[in-house]
Amino acid sequence: MQLLNTLLSGLTLGAVYAAFALALVLIWRSTRIVNFAQAPMAMVTTLLALELIDAGYSYWVAGAVALFAGLVLGAAVEFLLIRRVDQSSEINPVILTLGLFVALHAAAAIIFSSQFRSFPAPFSIRGLEVGGTTFGIGPADLFAIGAVVVTMGLLVLLFRFTDVGLKMRASAFNQEVAKLLGVRVGSMLTLGWALAAVVGSLSGLLIAGGGLVHPGYMDPVVVYGFVAAVLGGLDSPVGAVVGGLVLGLSLSLVSGYVGSQLVPLAALVILMLLLTLKPAGLFSQAQARRV
Amino acid sequence: MQMLSRAWRHTLVRHATLAVLGLLVAVVVLMSVDDFRNRQLTELAYMALAAGGLTLLTGINGQISLGHGAFMAIGAYTTALLLQDPETALPLPLVLLASLLVALVVGVLVGVAAARLHGPYLAGATLTLAIAVPGIARYFSTTLGGEQGLRVTSPEPPAWFLDALFFLTGTEPSNSQYYAILGWTLLVVVFFLLANLIRGRVGRRWAAVRDDEVAAELAGINLARARVSAFTVSAAVAGLAGALMAIQIRLAAPTAFELTLSLTLLTAIVLGGLGTLSGAIIGSVVLVYTARIATDVGTAQGLDSIAAAELAPLVYGTVMILVILLAPAGLVGSLLRWRAARAARGADRRTTPPAARPTDPHHPDGPADQQRRPVATTKGDQP
Repeated sequence: MQLLNTLLSGLTLGAVYAAFALALVLIWRSTRIVNFAQAPMAMVTTLLALELIDAGYSYWVAGAVALFAGLVLGAAVEFLLIRRVDQSSEINPVILTLGLFVALHAAAAIIFSSQFRSFPAPFSIRGLEVGGTTFGIGPADLFAIGAVVVTMGLLVLLFRFTDVGLKMRASAFNQEVAKLLGVRVGSMLTLGWALAAVVGSLSGLLIAGGGLVHPGYMDPVVVYGFVAAVLGGLDSPVGAVVGGLVLGLSLSLVSGYVGSQLVPLAALVILMLLLTLKPAGLFSQAQARRV
Repeated sequence: MQMLSRAWRHTLVRHATLAVLGLLVAVVVLMSVDDFRNRQLTELAYMALAAGGLTLLTGINGQISLGHGAFMAIGAYTTALLLQDPETALPLPLVLLASLLVALVVGVLVGVAAARLHGPYLAGATLTLAIAVPGIARYFSTTLGGEQGLRVTSPEPPAWFLDALFFLTGTEPSNSQYYAILGWTLLVVVFFLLANLIRGRVGRRWAAVRDDEVAAELAGINLARARVSAFTVSAAVAGLAGALMAIQIRLAAPTAFELTLSLTLLTAIVLGGLGTLSGAIIGSVVLVYTARIATDVGTAQGLDSIAAAELAPLVYGTVMILVILLAPAGLVGSLLRWRAARAARGADRRTTPPAARPTDPHHPDGPADQQRRPVATTKGDQP
């Protein structure tokens, strides 16, 4: 019974990590950058939503504003910063996103305060009761999983069946050729970052639901999202989703049976094993780099 | 005179002279300022020490680490464990050495894993390390003190030290002055060793691996060995810095070693300029003092103390972004580059007319995703 409940809560976590990993993968595919600032970006939009909720707006209005703020923030970051970084050294974009990480953290602590505040959940966070036993999954968890599934469905529709999606895929695949074919690559990259930030904001809202938020609450998530994305191969959206679920379930088992303090260590072990044994990830077709 | 200038050209002589002078200045300054300034300068010493280790790894060898706070934590916890009981504690040099060695061993392990990774993968892996290590301290709460951490019984200054300084300056140094002098001595000695290492064969190998791995491998350099050795040395230095930090703040607690510390170290070396040890010191000075000035300004502007404390990271996060966008070589690096460019212009004017210089439109790196904008490489002009 405990095993079942642990796995069920792992499923919810996994769905959220999957969303976050998907946001990282979207950005990696188009600009070859791992956006470490994804976590504070999602944190800022979630705290914005909390301000609105505290001001008396409903959860749904606040959530929609947060997602829209994510869209604007993502586009602004790409347009103002990422576009201008010299990518000849792999270290530069990493440092840029980390600078953004530090700055957003501090800005959020100044604007929204750095205290722990509770964030409401849209539905009850109590587990479902069937025949007298309580399961480790409640309406709020089901909502989280549903929201992630719907978002992924929408992204698949966008990329597979629309003109814009095709252009975005072309820009990610080969910028030079896409440019020659008349695709405005710059705008597509901005759009890609904006969409990724929306997905990131969504995962921020879902993790916050029914818990405590503060400027650092998303920091571990960027690590888990990264590990999930690497599990899937960083290049593959499907891989990111599967990686997120696998990671959510395994970390939940560690948390349930060993101790929640060791969860980041478990993530580190998983990441190291994976990078040693199968560096390209479980789903990527990319060439492994030889050293 | 000529002999002097010839000796000055000798790297070892130059570095040794600078080290001795630096140490003298440090001791004079430390003996003449009050305890508060001494504590501040000790903080500066261990930050600069760790930043120097990171410079070697990221600037010279090209491996980024977001997890150097973790190695500082390892050094700090080793020191704390060894100094638990003042009666049976080992002498301080042995404690410091033990902290360095433990960090070194962990550095080898992490380095072996890290040598296979590059760029964002390495960044992500070390980021995970930075988040994982405080968790270990929390989990083993009986031996490592859990959330409260371990108290450190900082050692008293030994009698010979007091006597020597009393003989030299006529005043008895306080405990804070002892730790400050200890810190700056370690900083100068370690930087002297690192500077020689970087200028020597080992350092040239590290730089070769950073600049072009294929060329380095063709030249007979064992890439994995060069990477692991850089990681090991860097981790050992960070461990020593952590030991000093534990002695100074008299506590080893998980909250001191969260992600913020690792990111602060990275900020320091980015501000100073990747690839120069002097940059690591300048970056740490800027960081430690900006923090204080920004907090004071914030308090004066009517922010409460918690918000005012966040002004400093806001400033240096922003500066980090600006440095990477405008001057990727950092403060010292940009100066050096400007000097090199001026020298090159002067040399060009003397030899070839500008039209005769070849302009190669093809960058050797193939993938299209790297050709978004003209590639201006900063490699090679770092010392």
